[in-house]
Amino acid sequence: MKQLLTLIMALVIAAAGMASAQAQTQAAPQEAPTIAADPALEQRVNKIGEELRCLVCQNQTITDSHAGLAVDLKNQIREQLQAGRSEKQIIEFMVERYGDFVLYRPPMKATTILLWAGPFVLLGIAIAGAAMVVRRRRDLTAGATPLTEAQRQKAAQLLQDEPETRS
Amino acid sequence: MIGELGHFCLIVALMLSLAQGVLALAGAQQGRAAWMAVAQPAAQGQFLFVAIAFALLTAAFVNNDFSLLVVAQHSNTQLPTPYRVAAVWGSHEGSMLLWVLMLAVWGIAVSMFSRRLPAPFVARVLGVMGLLAAGFLGFLLFTSNPFTRLLPAAAEGRDLNPLLQDPGMVIHPPMLYMGYVGFSVAFAFAIAALLSGRLDATWARWSRPWTTVAWMFLTLGIAIGSWWAYYELGWGGWWFWDPVENASFLPWLVGTALIHSLAVTEKRGAFRSWTVLLAIFAFSFSLLGTFLVRSGVLTSVHAFATDPKRGIYILGFLVAVVGGSLTLFAVRAPKVGLGGRFSTVSRESLLLGNNVLLAVAAASVLLGTLYPLLLDALELGKISVGPPYFEAVFVPLMAPAVFLMGVGPLARWKDAPVPDLAKRLRWALVAAAVAAGVSLASGGSLLSSFGVLLAAWVAGTTLVAVLERTRNLQGSYLSRLARLPRLLPRGEWGMLMAHFGVGVFIFGVTMVKTWEAEKDVKMQPGDTATLGGYSFRMESIGEYTGPNYLGLRAVVQISRDGKEVTTMHPEKRLYTAQGMPMTEAGINTGFTRDLYVSIGENIGGDAFAVRLQVKPFVDWIWGGALLMALGGLLAATDRRYRTARQEKRAAARDALAAGAQA
Repeated sequence: MKQLLTLIMALVIAAAGMASAQAQTQAAPQEAPTIAADPALEQRVNKIGEELRCLVCQNQTITDSHAGLAVDLKNQIREQLQAGRSEKQIIEFMVERYGDFVLYRPPMKATTILLWAGPFVLLGIAIAGAAMVVRRRRDLTAGATPLTEAQRQKAAQLLQDEPETRS
Repeated sequence: MIGELGHFCLIVALMLSLAQGVLALAGAQQGRAAWMAVAQPAAQGQFLFVAIAFALLTAAFVNNDFSLLVVAQHSNTQLPTPYRVAAVWGSHEGSMLLWVLMLAVWGIAVSMFSRRLPAPFVARVLGVMGLLAAGFLGFLLFTSNPFTRLLPAAAEGRDLNPLLQDPGMVIHPPMLYMGYVGFSVAFAFAIAALLSGRLDATWARWSRPWTTVAWMFLTLGIAIGSWWAYYELGWGGWWFWDPVENASFLPWLVGTALIHSLAVTEKRGAFRSWTVLLAIFAFSFSLLGTFLVRSGVLTSVHAFATDPKRGIYILGFLVAVVGGSLTLFAVRAPKVGLGGRFSTVSRESLLLGNNVLLAVAAASVLLGTLYPLLLDALELGKISVGPPYFEAVFVPLMAPAVFLMGVGPLARWKDAPVPDLAKRLRWALVAAAVAAGVSLASGGSLLSSFGVLLAAWVAGTTLVAVLERTRNLQGSYLSRLARLPRLLPRGEWGMLMAHFGVGVFIFGVTMVKTWEAEKDVKMQPGDTATLGGYSFRMESIGEYTGPNYLGLRAVVQISRDGKEVTTMHPEKRLYTAQGMPMTEAGINTGFTRDLYVSIGENIGGDAFAVRLQVKPFVDWIWGGALLMALGGLLAATDRRYRTARQEKRAAARDALAAGAQA
């Protein structure tokens, strides 16, 4: 069993290693030019764009969309980043211009308290409920209400017909 | 003629389903065998007539009968024949007809495979399914008739949305609907159990294989949909937390909880009311999904208000189904006993934990999906709830569930002492920690390494569970392994395989999120670009004419370390009937990575913007889902569901449980 586990571990390690090796890019001669003049900047643009909704599309982020508006907004983000504005400032700018609807991560405010707190409140209630259930079952003493003799015989007979297999 | 015949068949099917519903339920209540006997032939007749209607509509699509409104709106003479068939469910009306057909298929399956069950119980199950069918046939006939005429007939059809002209469209909706509608069987069994007052281990046994099969179809349907989005939408995403996706994911989450809760109810007689509640909710969420997608409420609350007929009908139906079943639950559930005793750490309590987490996850997805609609309807502002929200909420809920999933299969029923569990699981824990360490060392983020940890944990615990079974066998390692398949019942193999699938899925998601590489380049024939160690060389790009589109196809040769890997043919298409552009990405699928090339806009002359992507382990996402579905299939075909002796054992357990409560 230990050998097998070692083998599995080795496989996982190898797989993770492969993935990271693949991710390292190599420079090559006569490379086709990237569309973006500055790929590092483009990455930041895309990261911000992933948080923003393309308002004319059917539920797409700005990064994913090729619609005119999305391209405009990506240019807008790029220019603002070049002008040295922070991610937060850019997002504030977008909200000012298009409202909360543009944000895929809803802002925390009075109307969205329920949205953000809901799952965790529910989890708390559910855990409390489950704990109660567990406690009730644990405290059931086995066989506190004994079977009648007839019930016991019937059950025993039914069980005897077929020995319990492991399942 | 075809249209009128089809319309007539639907009316007959509605009559039959009403008879099936009313007579069977009333017969079971009053003990009239003759009334109950109507249920089976009625279910079979209903299937027959719905199938004829469906075949007629398909024939109308294949023969380009543009005197039918839906055909004129969703097909075209240039459309290839397989897509004309798929176009049947490309329209709202046709997809609802598919819904009804699937319901009829499940109905006839129940009527055929439930001969061993007591007659009143089968009559109640079929009766509930008959009423559901009547509801949906009524919806078809009164609000969404697929056989509505267009007179005079159109000369040419408007064509199927190009996004839907894909093999994915042929298979995704039928699979998804099989799953969606399949939960109606679990629902019908639950209602029948409430009505007859036999909410016991026997009932759980009967409904388990049906629920598992429905869950399997839903898993496959969702996975195929995701894969389709991945290759068809052209930018390599695979899940968007779109409301329509969430609508199918909700019943899946509740259905997963239901499968696990049913296990406890069958084996230990516990959690009975909770299991019934889950069965009701799994199907209610299927209905809710149908309402959300079909009423138009998702695109805009206001679109719903302008043509509210369909939305109101489904909403009314939804309220009747959910309200009715919950009322019945409220009346009957308190009479249900507690079931067996178990200690704080036991398989029961672990499964309860899993249920709590899955239920809260489902509730959160529901909250995130409905919240923007609610705010908008109350005029409190428009917000978007997207991937950042769902990931922030979903991941913390699922991580502990995955942890429990590793422990559960090794824990004994009733009592599973922690020291013993810890001892048996220590190697899996070590493997998970080492894998996470490797991930950190190779530059993975904390979150990514946590994903690797979970995946390795799942793989490790599955392996431990299998190896523990070989411990008592004699002989060499190999001979013990060879005997392994017969050592465990299929149900257990199914469970382990599905759990392992979750691990594979997590690994795929983690790898692709962390290590994917992408690059937008400007390429013209002769240009080469490198990404992730692969070299992409565009050989040529040229126009061609497809059956119903104009195409632009590039030839891209890919090599690695000077050796040729493959040649891809990414395309751009312009579908002529609707003037809609489409991207057909070039994808090279591999065990450890996908290469993904999509062509963007022309940047002058022969040069195009090209997006190159290397996606490590992305196929593991769907591979994991496939393993889950296969696990479901194995579990559902366990022979214990087919043998009569198990019935007796469940009866014995019920007798014991009844005694314990007396």
